[in-house]
Amino acid sequence: MAAKKFVVGCFDDEAVLFPAVKKVRAAGYKIHDVYTPFPVHGLDQAMGLRETSLHTAGFIYGITGTTTALSFMSWVFVSDWPLNIGGKPHFPLPAFIPITFELTVLFSAVGMMMTFCYLCQLMPFVKKHVFHPRQTDDKFVMVIEVTSKSNAGEIKDFLASVGAAEINEQIAETGWWYGRFDREDRLYAEQPAPLNV
Amino acid sequence: MHLKYESTLREPLVDGVKDYHKVTEDIIGPIEAKPGKLWYVGFFISLSLLAFGVFSVTWEVYFGTGVWNLNKTVGWGWDITNFVWWVGIGHAGTLISAILLLFRQGWRTGVNRAAEAMTIFAVMCAGQFPIFHMGRVWMAFFVLPYPNTRGPLWVNFNSPLLWDVFAISTYFTVSLLFWYSGLLPDFATVRDRAKTKLRKLLYGVASFGWTGSTKHWQRHESLSLVLAGLSTPLVLSVHTIVSFDFATSVIPGWHTTIFPPYFVAGAIFSGFAMVNTLLIITRKILHLEDYITIGHLDAMNRVIVLTGSIVGCAYLTELFMAWYSGSQYEFAEFYKYRAAGPLGWSYWIMMTCNVITPQVFWFRKMRRNIMVSFIMSIIVNIGMWFERFVIICTSLYRDYLPSSWVYYRPAWPEVGFYMGTFGLFFTCYFLFAKYFPVIAVAEIKHVLKTSGESFKNDMTKYEQESPEKFAHDLEHAH
Repeated sequence: MAAKKFVVGCFDDEAVLFPAVKKVRAAGYKIHDVYTPFPVHGLDQAMGLRETSLHTAGFIYGITGTTTALSFMSWVFVSDWPLNIGGKPHFPLPAFIPITFELTVLFSAVGMMMTFCYLCQLMPFVKKHVFHPRQTDDKFVMVIEVTSKSNAGEIKDFLASVGAAEINEQIAETGWWYGRFDREDRLYAEQPAPLNV
Repeated sequence: MHLKYESTLREPLVDGVKDYHKVTEDIIGPIEAKPGKLWYVGFFISLSLLAFGVFSVTWEVYFGTGVWNLNKTVGWGWDITNFVWWVGIGHAGTLISAILLLFRQGWRTGVNRAAEAMTIFAVMCAGQFPIFHMGRVWMAFFVLPYPNTRGPLWVNFNSPLLWDVFAISTYFTVSLLFWYSGLLPDFATVRDRAKTKLRKLLYGVASFGWTGSTKHWQRHESLSLVLAGLSTPLVLSVHTIVSFDFATSVIPGWHTTIFPPYFVAGAIFSGFAMVNTLLIITRKILHLEDYITIGHLDAMNRVIVLTGSIVGCAYLTELFMAWYSGSQYEFAEFYKYRAAGPLGWSYWIMMTCNVITPQVFWFRKMRRNIMVSFIMSIIVNIGMWFERFVIICTSLYRDYLPSSWVYYRPAWPEVGFYMGTFGLFFTCYFLFAKYFPVIAVAEIKHVLKTSGESFKNDMTKYEQESPEKFAHDLEHAH
């Protein structure tokens, strides 16, 4: 990944944040991300994010579980070792239902969780840049990337005009790296790591 | 304006004047403070119980299951009673977090985290009993279908006991994932507030590097919703499958089709009682009365009286069917050996605790009385323990051969094992209450502006609007 320059605006209230997101987008600035302490409904649409397909993945994992359970139990009882259990049929479909159901749920849940962690790049010892220490507490933090077509001062003024309570500039890594939150990591040799404490 | 509008007639879910930061302070604060004396006392008692449990189990593993008072007639005693009891308790958490999420019950946000934690710990306790009942516990992995050198000889997929293995392990895994996915953002909150290096490190690891990005929240919401959708039939299936352990057999008193709904209702009944027991203490000690309000207790007591009445109906149905079926064995089982007979006392404890006493909750005053709720929650769990004891032991102790009729009382290792699971449960719960956010912080913040007491007053202006204007605004919000 790479270090980029950002303008960070903190909002105190989601009611101020929504119109601000709209205005920033209309003005053509590139919103890197908005960090919120809780899921703010409608913010993803306001930012123009695509709907997630995670539930589709969950469905696919689910039918994988169904197929695995049914085919495995059938193979065991019909082909691999057709054991006579009290004269019961070798393919007792109703008796297979409970395990089939459980495996459907298990595959779907575990698969979705792993996909979620993969997509969001979440894992123990994964570290990302935290733009504001209170973005997980009570602040709504809008991060705008400073590109070659925009300049930081202009963005700062614009953010102030749409109601940001606290505005600053940060140079930060955009991706994740292996690290610990109790240490400041120097990610780049040529420039000091951005300190935000 | 928020997307959701809630009538002022509805009781607030969060009392007092709060903003987002205050919510964080209130819930995360106890994690950062030193635990009180009571915590140490409770934790030490739990650890001692756990140690005694470990000793009892070691004794049983060393000498064999013969040290338990099980015999040829009563082959399932306290162990399976305790197993079903703990699994039943483990049903409330996922019910609260999954089914109530789908039913859009706002009050679940205050109690779901602790209830889910309780579920996970209860299922951990439950799992011990069938495993150690195996005797040669080092061969417990034989229950899994894996390629082996015995043929491979596979497990019996027709057996309800094997279904149980799959049901309980799936339930445990899915509950754990559901719980932990909700904990990620809250751990990140603790991490970002942390003043000490150790706390920053540990909560940093536990939070998986969560930052609160909008895209991540979007996926998180989708994940929670689908997990809730999956957990809903899962909760119902688990105790259904546990009831199949009995219902698919030919023992009078077990062989009934009423078992699945009856067991599920009983599980929810005892689970909510345990949630009440724990939360009434937790809210008091951690000063969370604003978040777990009397309204929350009221809602849970309503569920208790509903499910208790379903269980009561099931008892009466069983009695009716025992007579109406014309089966002399069923009749003898219910009228001679359960309601009367040497173990008849357990039947009447069950009836009193589960059917008669919960009726006090028809009165609003009683539902909203903390002391009554607390005492009732314990009575209900005593009753539900006896229900499982009655189902298991009183069906077995009088079998088809009068010469093998016995009386059953547990030996000390059985009692010690049971106490040990209490130790395990409360040790885990004490650690949870100290180191984890006991209330879902992000979820409370999410409902704060619609259901918080201080924000509800602002709703008056919406209530005076015309419905058309309100609908229009809602449609064009954001």
